[in-house]
Order: sequence, then C-alpha cells, then structure tokens
Amino acid sequence: MQVVNTPIQENEKLNAKSDKVAREKPKTDPINGSHANVGETVGKPFAKHPKMTMRNVDVFYGDKQAIYDVSLDIGKHEVVAMIGPSGCGKSTFLRCLNRMNDTIDICKVKGEIKLEELDVYHPKQDVVPLRARVGMVFQKPNPFPKSIYDNVAYGPRIHGLFERKTDLDEIVENSLRRASLWEEVKDRLHSPGTGLSGGQQQRLCIARTIAVSPEVILMDEPCSALDPIATAKIEELIAELSKKFTIAIVTHSMQQAARVSHRTAYFHMGKLVEVNDTKRVFTNPQHKLTEAYITGRFG
Amino acid sequence: MDFSQIFMVMAATIAMTFFLGRYRALKLGQATGGRKSLNSLPTYYGSLMAMWCGIPCFILLALWMMFDDVIISQAIMQELPQAVLELPTNERGLIFNMISNTAENGARAGAEPYMVAAAERLQSLRETSQLTLIACLASLFLVIMLVVWAKMSAKTRARSQVEKGFKWLLLICASIAIFTTAGIVFSVLFESIRFFQSVPLTEFLFGLEWSPQMAIRSDQVGGSGAFGAVPLFAGTLLISAIAMVIAVPAGLMAAIYLSEYARPAVRSAVKPLLEVLAGIPTVVYGFFAALTVAPFIRDTGGLIGLSVSSESALAAGLVMGIMIIPFVSSLSDDVINAVPQSLRDGAYGLGATRSETIKQVVIPAALPGIVGGILLAVSRAIGETMIVVMAAGLAANLTANPLESVTTVTVQIVTLLVGDQEFNSPKTLSAFALGLMLFTITLVLNYVALLVVKKYREQYE
Amino acid sequence: MTNSNGTLSTAEKVNKSLQKRYRAEKRFRAYGISAIAFGLLCLVVLFTDIISKGHSAFFQTYVKLDITFDPTEMGVDDPTDANQLATADYDSLIRNALKEQFPEASGRRDRRALYAVVSNGAAFTLREQLKENPQLLNQTVPMWMLADDDIDTYVKHRDDAQGDTFAGRISEKQMGWVDTLIDNNQVESRFNTTFFTSGDSREPEQAGILGALVGSLLTLVVTILLSFPIGVAAAVYLEEYAPQNKFTDFIEVNINNLAAVPSIIFGLLGLAIFIGFFEMQRSLPLVGGLVLTLMTLPTIIISSRAAIKAVPPSVRDAALGLGASKMQMVLHHVLPLAMPGMLTGAIIGFAQALGETAPLLMIGMVAFVVDIPGAITDPATALPVQIFLWSDSPERAFVERTSAAIMVLLAFLISMNTLAIWLRRRLERRW
Repeated sequence: MQVVNTPIQENEKLNAKSDKVAREKPKTDPINGSHANVGETVGKPFAKHPKMTMRNVDVFYGDKQAIYDVSLDIGKHEVVAMIGPSGCGKSTFLRCLNRMNDTIDICKVKGEIKLEELDVYHPKQDVVPLRARVGMVFQKPNPFPKSIYDNVAYGPRIHGLFERKTDLDEIVENSLRRASLWEEVKDRLHSPGTGLSGGQQQRLCIARTIAVSPEVILMDEPCSALDPIATAKIEELIAELSKKFTIAIVTHSMQQAARVSHRTAYFHMGKLVEVNDTKRVFTNPQHKLTEAYITGRFG
Repeated sequence: MDFSQIFMVMAATIAMTFFLGRYRALKLGQATGGRKSLNSLPTYYGSLMAMWCGIPCFILLALWMMFDDVIISQAIMQELPQAVLELPTNERGLIFNMISNTAENGARAGAEPYMVAAAERLQSLRETSQLTLIACLASLFLVIMLVVWAKMSAKTRARSQVEKGFKWLLLICASIAIFTTAGIVFSVLFESIRFFQSVPLTEFLFGLEWSPQMAIRSDQVGGSGAFGAVPLFAGTLLISAIAMVIAVPAGLMAAIYLSEYARPAVRSAVKPLLEVLAGIPTVVYGFFAALTVAPFIRDTGGLIGLSVSSESALAAGLVMGIMIIPFVSSLSDDVINAVPQSLRDGAYGLGATRSETIKQVVIPAALPGIVGGILLAVSRAIGETMIVVMAAGLAANLTANPLESVTTVTVQIVTLLVGDQEFNSPKTLSAFALGLMLFTITLVLNYVALLVVKKYREQYE
Repeated sequence: MTNSNGTLSTAEKVNKSLQKRYRAEKRFRAYGISAIAFGLLCLVVLFTDIISKGHSAFFQTYVKLDITFDPTEMGVDDPTDANQLATADYDSLIRNALKEQFPEASGRRDRRALYAVVSNGAAFTLREQLKENPQLLNQTVPMWMLADDDIDTYVKHRDDAQGDTFAGRISEKQMGWVDTLIDNNQVESRFNTTFFTSGDSREPEQAGILGALVGSLLTLVVTILLSFPIGVAAAVYLEEYAPQNKFTDFIEVNINNLAAVPSIIFGLLGLAIFIGFFEMQRSLPLVGGLVLTLMTLPTIIISSRAAIKAVPPSVRDAALGLGASKMQMVLHHVLPLAMPGMLTGAIIGFAQALGETAPLLMIGMVAFVVDIPGAITDPATALPVQIFLWSDSPERAFVERTSAAIMVLLAFLISMNTLAIWLRRRLERRW
C-alpha cells in the first residue's frame, strides 16, 4: 500500500500558524450564545494544498443545529477520514461538501465551503457541475435498476463527456477497471446492476462515480453494508484511488479509518474535536474525548 | 384551415425547432472545441429553442381563439339596423345565430337582406381574422427563432433555463386542481346568483313545493313555477338514509370479518370480488334498480297488500346501498388495520373473546376513522345520480314513506338540464342553484371526513 | 364447586358465563359472514340478471322470403341507371313476397300486420344485394331478411312457459304466420352482427352499439391524452418540487376534495364553462373528454403520488450524487420506476371514466346519434349513455339490447381492471 506523504508533511507548519490566527476571531454561537471558534478543534485542520476548504460551517435542521462551527481542509490527493459516535454529524457534514443536503428543505448551511476557488454555497452556484466535480458514494449500494454498462455510462451521458460511442465504451471499461470490477463483469455488462453481490454493487457505484472523473470523492460509510472480504476489497480500492482523487470518507469503524486515511477528523456532538495525522490520532490523541472514543469508552 | 389545423401545423413546426436548436448547439460545439465545451447537452439547447418559440406562439393562438369571436360579433352587431340593435339581448343573440348560420350554410329562402349582407361581412371578417392570425403567428415565430438562434452560444445556460420551464410546467399542471375548484364554484355560483335574482333564496331553501315545469315558456320570467327545494332535500335524504341503512352494517361487518376473522386465502379471494361491486358503473345499477329491483319490490308489496310505487325510494335506496357496500368496507378495512396490534393483544391477554375484543377495543379505537368513512359514503350517496335518475321518480313528494316515489336533487338537475335549454330561464338556472347546494353539502362532508380520518391516522403513526 | 365461604371463584364465574359469551361470539361471526354473503349474493344476482336478460340480444331472427326483383314493381325503367336503382321501391318487393306466401291476409289491417313481420330496414339489404349483383334483376331468389323486433322477441321466447305473454305486441295472426314460417324452416336465428356494426336506431332490430362504443373510445382517448400527462406532472410537482408552504397545502386540499365531488358537478362545470363560456358545441367527445379529464385527474394524481413515494430515496441520492439535475433525476429514474404503479392507478381511473354517465348527460352527449362518429369533433354519444337511453325504451327488444350493451361495457371494464392488476403483478418492483 503506497501512501502519498508529501501533502501531509507540508501541512504541518501551516496548521501550527493558522491555529493561532483562527483563535483570534471568535464567533458567536447562535444557539447557546457561547463563544465557539476554530480553536476548539485541536490538531491540524488545515492543509497546504487544499482541495476543499471549510470555514466556520454551521448546519441547521430547522431550529436544531447539527454542526457547530467546523473548519477543515482536505488536501489534494489526501484521504481524510471522519469518525465519531453515531449522530455526531459526520455524515451531515460530508453531505454539505457537494450540497446533497439541498434535497432536505429545512436544512440550512452557514459558513464557507470552497472547492479550490469555487464557492460551493454561492447562491448562483449550480449544483450540477459542482456534483460532477465532487462525486459521492453512499452507505447502501444503490445501483440504478439498469444494466451494469448503463449504470457506469449514466454520468458521462448526462454530462456529455464523450463524442463517440467508442469513447463511452472506453470510459466504462476504464472506470470498471479502476474500481477493480472489470474482470468480474466484463462478460455481462448488459445484465442488471442490481443482480451483483453487495460488494460488487458498491464497487459498481464507485465505478459509476469515477466515470465522471470527479476531483473529490465523498464516501459515506461505504462499507457498512458489506461483509469483511468485500470491505477489504473496497479499502484496497480507496488506497489505489487516492493517487488520482481526493477522498473524504465517513466511517464508523476506527480500524478502517486507521487503514485507509492520511488524516482523521473526530466529530463529537456536531463539533470537530480533533483532526490530525491518522497515526497520531490513534496512537496519541490530544483531546480527552478523542481518547475516550479511541479507547472504546463510548461509541 | 380551422384552428385545429393551425394548431397542428404550429405544433409540428415547433417540434422541428428542437432539432434546429440541437443542430445549432452541435455547430457551436464544433467551433469552440467539442461537445464538452458546451454549457449543457445539445438536447437542452434544442428544448430551449422549442420552449422559447413555442410558448409565445401558443399564448398568441389561445388569446386569438378566445377573443376573435367576440370582437367579430361586436363588429357585426354594430352594423346591424337600428331596429335590431334595440331588441332585448336574447333576441339579438338569436338574430346573430341566424346570421352565423347563414354564413356557414348559405342563405335560406326568405332571409332578410340585411342578414345576408351581415352574413357575408361575417364570413369575410372571419377569413381576414384567420389570415391575420397565420401571418402574426408566422412572423412572431420567425422573429423569436432568429433572435434565439443569434443569442445562443456555448455559454448559454440551456439546461437551467429548460429546467425552470419544466418546473413551471409542473406547477401549472398541479394548479389545475385549483382552477377546477374555482371553475366549479364560479360556474354554479354565477348562475345561482342569477337564479336567486328571480326566486328569493328563502323560497328556495324553505319552500315546500317544487314544480319548475310550470314555466311553460321561457319569456314568462319567474312568473310561474314553484322553486321550493325542501321536497328534493327530503327525497335525497330519504334515499341516502335507506342506502346507508344497507351499506353501513353490511360494509362494516364485511370489513370486520375480513380483517379479523377470515383466513388470508379467503380474504384475498373475497376482497377483490366485493370490489367488483365498486367498479360497476352506476348506470348499470340504475338499470338493475329500475328493471329488476323496483318491479320485484312492487310485486312483493302487492302480495302482502301494500301499495308500492313502481319508482319507490326503497328500490333506489336499496341498490344505492349495495353500490356503497364496498366503499364502506374498504374504508373501514383500512381504518381497522391501522389499529395497533398491541391494543388487541391487551384485550386478548385479559381473556376477552374475539368479538369482545372487536366490539370493546377495536371498534372504539377505530371509531373516528369509521365515522369519517361513513361521512364520505353519505356524501357519495347524496351526489349519486344515475341510480336515482333511472329508478326514482320525478314528482317532488314530501314524504317519509320509503314505498312512495320521491325525487332527489341530482334527478332534478339532470331533468332540468338534459337537452337544449335556454340558459336564461329560471327553470334552467334552478339546476345550478341545486348544484350549488349539492356542491356545498358534499364539500363540507368531504372536508370534515378527510379531517377526521387524517386526525385518526396521525394518532396511530 | 364452591369455596368454603360459599362464593364462586373467578374461574367458576368465568366458566358460568362462558357459554353465553361463546354464543355471542358465534352470533357476531355469523353477522360478518352474512354481510359478506349478502354482498356476494348481490353481485351474483346482478350478473345473472343482466346476463339472463341480455344474452339473447346476441342473436337475431332472420326470415327467408322468395324475392322477385321485378323492375316494374320497383319503379325502375332503366336498370343501368344507378340513381334509379338506389331510390327504387324495395319495400314493395318484400310486401309482394309476403302477400304471395300468405294470401289469406286480406284487408288493410291484416296486410299491415303481415308487412310488419319483416323489419323496415330489410329494404336496404335488398338494395345492397342488387348493387352487388345487378344480374339479380328480374330473377326470383330466396333471401334472408331481418325480422321485426317483436317477431324476434316472439321467436326467442316461443318455447318459454306459456304464461309469458309479453307478446301482447303481436297479434294471434302474426303468431300464426310466424309459426308457419318456422315450420317451413324459413326462420333462422343468427349471430347479431348488426348489434356490433351499426349506430343507434329507433328500431331495436337495427340498433347497434358501434356508434356509442366509438364515441366512448374517442372520449376516453381525449381523457387519457390529457389526464395522464397532466396528472403525472402534478404528482411529480407535489412529490419532488413543491416547497412546504400554504400554496402547496391548498393544492393538496383541492385535489383531495375534488376526488370526492359528485361527478354530476363536473357535468355542471362542463356545461357552464366549455359550452356556456367557450361556446363549444354540445355532444362532442372532445368536451366529454375534457370534463372526464377534470373528473379523473384527482384519482390519477393521488395514485401517481403513491407510486412516486414508493421509489426509494437511495435512487434519487445516486442520481443527484452523480450530478444529475432534478429534472434528469425525475425523468431518468423516478418516473420509469414509478411508471407501473402510475399506470395501474391511471387505468383504474380510466375505467371509472369509461363507465361514467352523469357528466356526459349534462354536456348533451344524450342526443340520438345514428352516424358513427369519426372524430372528436363529431356529435356522439357514449356507451353508458346509450344504456341509459335504451333503458327508457318500452320494447322488450331494447331491454335485451340494453343488457347486452351492459355486458359489453362490463367486459371492457373488467379487462381494463385485469390489465391493471396484471401490470401491477408483472412490473411491480419489490425494494
């Protein structure tokens, strides 16, 4: 397993500086009135070559606040894992990154989320090109009830990513190869995608996502519905994909976070408690809550 | 060429613009470096073009269709002789109809010269109007198409514009329900108001005599005929009550048996069979009531020495009850199934028998829902038309005897409005007043019933 | 068994009342069974009644007569003149044939009774025959001719119990003649093609349902073309687009209420708006279709919404996650998956519309229309309305035709509902 080290090492200095800067501008928490700021997050939330930058993000469901003042970067070609007890808001946060939360009427997002220079929540920002750049893989494999080929070809078709049919064939084959599914399905490309096993279905969903060539892939507990062997395959795949894509993954399994990610972010009750290099989080957590979670005192 | 042909040609032309827009987008793409350089897929450019060309043209056509007749007839009327202009409105309308007939079918012998002249003028105006319409449509279409063509670029946000249009289209479709309700309200309300100008509301609501047929000629405005609707309301209630006496116990017991006692196999066989009763058209029930049930009741009554009218309320009510059984049973079935199993278990746990559980636990728990269902059934019985038109009488008797003949609101609406009627006589207008009553009553019943059922459902969700 | 102090234990108390309680239980059960039995009995009685009344309408009595195509009788002097042949007097040929066979019928009254044995539409058959085979002129050929409806009724019920004398409409003499014809094998019962191939008529033996059927189908086509797309669009709006606000609530309240508004009110709406305000003609399938569209829409919207709701959200997520727009998500994924459910609901709605009568009465589709409509802008009637019209006619022959028309209507409705059920079983996807 090859790990891309460079971005993480470069992040170190940056985080040391920006921690201080962030501490200097306190922000009023609209619900309980207390002063919350980036400083509550310990560790290294920032990256030197950020692909996505989130600053002071608050998320509300109607009157209920789900995310409190989260600031985080995701570096280029980095895998960031988000962990935490269930209901801590990690999935909600992930779904903000490509505005999947838009489908929920009462969900409101405050703060700034940027994909490189693009303001994700700019009122005039069209979600379609955004989601073409930030793809998503969901908790439960959700292939379309269509053929394997059509599943993978769907994204390129709606975004007009090819000129000729042969181009499309090529995209489909490459995507399936990258998702290491090609060998298993090449003889039955036109049978329904729903006929595959759970693990294969999830890899099909990954192939479907990368067929659009997004820059960032969001994964929302991609292995939670799979058996250990399928899980291992997906984890392998994530490592492979990180060479080309930037990945943010939400997982409920600490082992998985430890295996696949470069940095790990620990969420607790809607707050980002600690972000650090994965190794450090698991060997030497700096925040009490993180330590308690890692050592299994709650979860 | 008539409107439908113009419409067809226009629709076909606008369908063509889809391909034009798509072609334009592909060309633009080629110029700027492949399809990927386009903001949206070429099909969206096609749809965008069709949308922009189509909407204004259709609006123009619709407006034209609505107003050209009015404008032309105004123009014709102004040119008629003074004597004609001074006639009352409905007679002028008659003369205009004659002119219009002359224009379409040629002059008949004995037509007055001014009519023939007006007919010719009408014909020529109509032709001019149509030519103008075609010219206007064609030029509007061309101008828009050229503008859209010129303005289209690789950066045009075709998809988001088309999606906006799509959303508006959906919204309009969803709003048709509102327009329909408004249409119903306005159509019955306006005519009713005109009716109440000649017949006082109090007479209509509290009068005990109904004989609209006495208005022999349409020009005897309001002078004759009695419009007291009480006998109609009473008849409607009588027949509905008979129907409910049949339908509620039978429907409710059937639902209880099917949901609490019957084995799944029996349930899955009997339920669809009962629902067949609901799918039979009311005209069939009407035929059954008039030709089989009514004579049967009359003859049976004769055997035991009762004189039964051959159009007895009993026959109509009985058959209506049969029709409503599946309605009551399926509504009660839903409601009974929504009662949580835990309530039943509670009663069984105390050693209650099944019927005790049902009578003392399930039914009381389901009561609001059942009442809601019964209200909906009542509203259906009141509004039912064909059975009573075919099996109930026409004479407005004020009686509570189910063996006599009564008439209902719906029967009167049908008898008053079937065939060619003058729109202005109080006789015709009274049908709209009856319609207003019917609409109001069923609306209130439905609203209350839906509210009750909704409350009930929320209770167990 | 009693306790020492003489009171009953709980178990004993229960046992004592047990029999009574079980009797109540049995009674209650019996009520349920009898309710269901009553419903099913009604269904059976209704169907047997209609079938027993209507099955005979599918057969029609024909009478064989030796017809002499005599040009002088017909008033034809130039047999090559098509116009003359078309307007010739064919009735007299039939009269002559009858007179020849039954010379005993003399006097105006008897003659008229005799002539009434054959339908007055038989002359048209002769004309058509002659048109096809011009060499028939001057020849005498045996021809099968449509019998009059009263004769038809008599022949059909001749073997019934003697008490059944509805045949009061035909005289003893006519009965005698018909019996003679039957004995001579000059009477035959054939499949009633007229019933399926012609429009309405004042004469029962010439009346058919084709006109009404075509009218119904044209009306239904208009209804389907309008209500299905509009209904689905409305359902998509309400399920996928509508924000949660007062306006959306208002739309929903309206739809739910319209679903329960009596159909005759929709007829009033059609009369006032389409005919009164837009000045459309009466009796048009177009107007009928518009009215039925408004009536069916709520049903279609409600069932389509249920079908759209049943599409799992994960499919929507998948599409949106790939960057599909909302419209693409709806058109590519939600609608195709919801289609079987929507079609099922819609077909049931269309079946209702096909059986609907009252609103069509209001917009004048009750006219006596002989011609078979060819377009949605031709005056027409509809099958249920035809049933209503015929059921008013006194002739026994119309009663059997009404029942037969009901059988045809029910056959259509049952096949539509079967189609809906089949579609649901076949295409339903389990998630």
